[in-house]
Amino acid sequence: MLTEVTKRGNVPAKPSAPRRRTVRRRAAAVRLGLMAVPLAFFALFFAYPVAAIVGRGLREGGHWQLGGLTEVLSDPGTLHVLWFTVWQAAASTGLTLLIALPGAYVFARFDFPGKQLLRALVTVPFVLPTVVVGSAFLGLLGRGGVLDELWGVRLDTSVWAILLAHVFFNYAVVIRTVGGLWAQLDPRQEEAARVLGASRFEAWRRVTLPALAPALAAAALMVFLFTFTSFGVIQILGGPGYATLEVEIYRQTAGLLQLSTAAVLTLVQFAAVAVLLLLHAWSVRKREAALRLVDARQTARRPHGAGQWALLCSVLAVIAVLLLAPLGVLMERSLRTSDGSYGLTFYRALWSVDETGTFLVAPAEAIGNSLAYAAAATVIAVLVGGLAAAALTRRAGKLVRGFDALLMLPLGTSAVTVGFGFLIALDEPPLDLRSSWILVPLAQALVGVPFVVRTMLPVLRAVDVRLREAAAVLGASPLRAWREVDLPLVRRALLVAAGFAFAVSLGEFGATIFIARPDSPTLPVAVGRFLGRAGELNYGQAMALSTVLMLVCACSLLVLERLRTDRSGEF
Amino acid sequence: MLRIDGVTVRFGGHTALDTVGLDVADRETVCVLGPSGSGKSTLLRVVAGLQQPDTGRVLLSGIDQNGIPAHKRQLGLMFQDHQLFPQHNVQDNVAFGLRMRRTGRRESERRVGELLDLVGLPGVRNRAVSSLSGGEQQRVALARALAPQPRLLMLDEPLGQLDRSLRERLLVELRQLFRRLGTTVLAVTHDQGEAFALADRLVVMREGRVEQTGTPLEVWQHPASEFVARFLGFENVVEAMVRGDKAGTSWGEIPVPAGTPEGGCRLLVRPTGVVLTGPEEGLRCTVTGRTFRGGATSAVSLLLQPEAGPRLEATCTLPAAPQMDERVGVVFAGGDVVVLPGG
Repeated sequence: MLTEVTKRGNVPAKPSAPRRRTVRRRAAAVRLGLMAVPLAFFALFFAYPVAAIVGRGLREGGHWQLGGLTEVLSDPGTLHVLWFTVWQAAASTGLTLLIALPGAYVFARFDFPGKQLLRALVTVPFVLPTVVVGSAFLGLLGRGGVLDELWGVRLDTSVWAILLAHVFFNYAVVIRTVGGLWAQLDPRQEEAARVLGASRFEAWRRVTLPALAPALAAAALMVFLFTFTSFGVIQILGGPGYATLEVEIYRQTAGLLQLSTAAVLTLVQFAAVAVLLLLHAWSVRKREAALRLVDARQTARRPHGAGQWALLCSVLAVIAVLLLAPLGVLMERSLRTSDGSYGLTFYRALWSVDETGTFLVAPAEAIGNSLAYAAAATVIAVLVGGLAAAALTRRAGKLVRGFDALLMLPLGTSAVTVGFGFLIALDEPPLDLRSSWILVPLAQALVGVPFVVRTMLPVLRAVDVRLREAAAVLGASPLRAWREVDLPLVRRALLVAAGFAFAVSLGEFGATIFIARPDSPTLPVAVGRFLGRAGELNYGQAMALSTVLMLVCACSLLVLERLRTDRSGEF
Repeated sequence: MLRIDGVTVRFGGHTALDTVGLDVADRETVCVLGPSGSGKSTLLRVVAGLQQPDTGRVLLSGIDQNGIPAHKRQLGLMFQDHQLFPQHNVQDNVAFGLRMRRTGRRESERRVGELLDLVGLPGVRNRAVSSLSGGEQQRVALARALAPQPRLLMLDEPLGQLDRSLRERLLVELRQLFRRLGTTVLAVTHDQGEAFALADRLVVMREGRVEQTGTPLEVWQHPASEFVARFLGFENVVEAMVRGDKAGTSWGEIPVPAGTPEGGCRLLVRPTGVVLTGPEEGLRCTVTGRTFRGGATSAVSLLLQPEAGPRLEATCTLPAAPQMDERVGVVFAGGDVVVLPGG
């Protein structure tokens, strides 16, 4: 009988033990195999170029020159740059949260016509190239800008222009990260608190705010990170008086050829970003902690009462003034010639090669270049990022978590350093890519991969393990189960990830400016070059190209918005 | 059909299954009954090949399943929360296992129709699974598990999430269905009613160990331990000293079955064995709880506080039921007294 079997069963079945170990080893091997491609990619195209350029800056005659380290660090100029970098980032973050949080609430809890379209529109600035953001604000706040014409107000060399541009740029980060979670919080939790005697505000403070806190922290850190490493915006709006570390690295590298100073600044930035990323990873992990989430569609209601309508209207007004106006101005400037009439002069000029030698080819060719490069970069980013996300799905061990953080590093590393590193590191056999077109997509993919991983990971992790088990018991092999269960569920996330990668590749500026060949510039590079030259035609063409770039980005985003996944990613 | 032999599973320091042995014969329905955390689900996962045992073997039709992955074991498993594939409709969910076995399209459609009829859900083929109610999802999950004609069907808390009346109806249907199809079934549940209604044989588990096995009647009549007795809902357990055909307890003398060995033991008195008499007769008690259970017998459950000894549970019919705080007398009926082995 059974009880006998129970007692007898004490003797373990020995011969099976080695077989079990093979199973476990195979699982580890699969994970390692998935991680191999992303690891190789990052080693070769991120760690190696960055190490090469930092090494070149710090070595002289084959010896490490670490004396330069203290010299640069104690230089008042460096300290000034560092101070400005930190405080403008902090101020930008605070201002962004202040302005965007009501928006996050409105998008999370209210239902109003045109909400989807508006959500796509407020995301446009985030994927816009910094150069375009810079020129849009120049058109609004700069010399001859809208404010200048109306009231004689110019903000383009003040820190306000930078801060406002940063808010413009990062509004969507808060809307998506905080608002996305907010929409999925069960309103009944707050209702439970109300029934227990909490006032409306108290219920929000004690129930909703703690649930949102990790998302808030994550959003704040992301905004801080993006503004800390801000380049294009400050390059264009800051004037000579303001420089972040990133801008200073560019000046030292490209302008003054002071590689040692640039190397030290890169290290400083690297250290700061590493600390920020650790904080971010920590807050993300806390965010994934047990929260009961519901379908976002069920939580949104039509606003009712004067207060709610007023809130909705003021948020819409802020969006109109802060986000849509700069974009509108950009388009307006691209169409207006000096005599005040409107026409397509600047657009037409894009199709001809000018005599001043700004370009070797017709600027319009940049459109084709950009699309081709971005498409290639998207393929690379989706491949590398998809494999990395698949490897990270099963959470295990510190090693994997370290890998997770590593994937975010390119976002916070000086793009200038990466670009210049590409130039000096990948120019000799066996890896001589200097004259190859693939160099640009590779650099752009570096920025795209973190977005792919961040978009895919929450969706992949949300796939219930037991669905795979159900498939297995019904006779599906692991590969088949992945194809039948995971793939249909993540297909949309994959498309969204690809779209994001495409948009950020399209807008990449800091690294591309170094490695794009003069005869095949990308759109942001062309815009940057136009803005760097005086003259009305150059300015007008910059605005025209920016408009083209903006429209391409906006279109890809609108397509994405249609595909929005149920569980939104972190961007 | 299925033999589980000395299977142990540890999660870190916690032992989920401790040298568990179990046999399921062909066409038999075995129910594993135990409180949550007793390792029931882990047992199913081991058999399905979703969980590697640390030691021990699982044999199906006499063949050791070690190293055979889940998808090659040809078993059926109905998950506690169904785990229907949200991206597929009902038809594709039920046909999933057939597709994995490369069944032809026409044949598979015919079979899906057959199974949906069988589980009483004709005409839901093209519905999205999210549009089904809990009970309907349960039936679809059952159809999906049955479709590939598994050698052994495993059910994890099969009716756990359903409301009472639906559950009772489905229980009867399931029992008939399994008998008709000749399915071999291994089910786990924490609900004794479910287990009693479904099982040919019961296996009671406690903290990863098998505590008792037997037919539902055997387990009901002779719980093998105080744990089993209490898990079946019997609370009247008391220390006793057996002398002849009587045992001395703090409730006074209680008759014991003939042949009970002399000396100390623990006794169980089923509520039906606690007979109410006039207040001057037998053990004097005060009524401290009174719950109307309804049902065909219009039973009332009583909680009695005797003058000495632990609280007693009794049951009687509504007309005979005393009021709260009323004083009653109690005598014990020998037929409902069980000697618990092992102390």
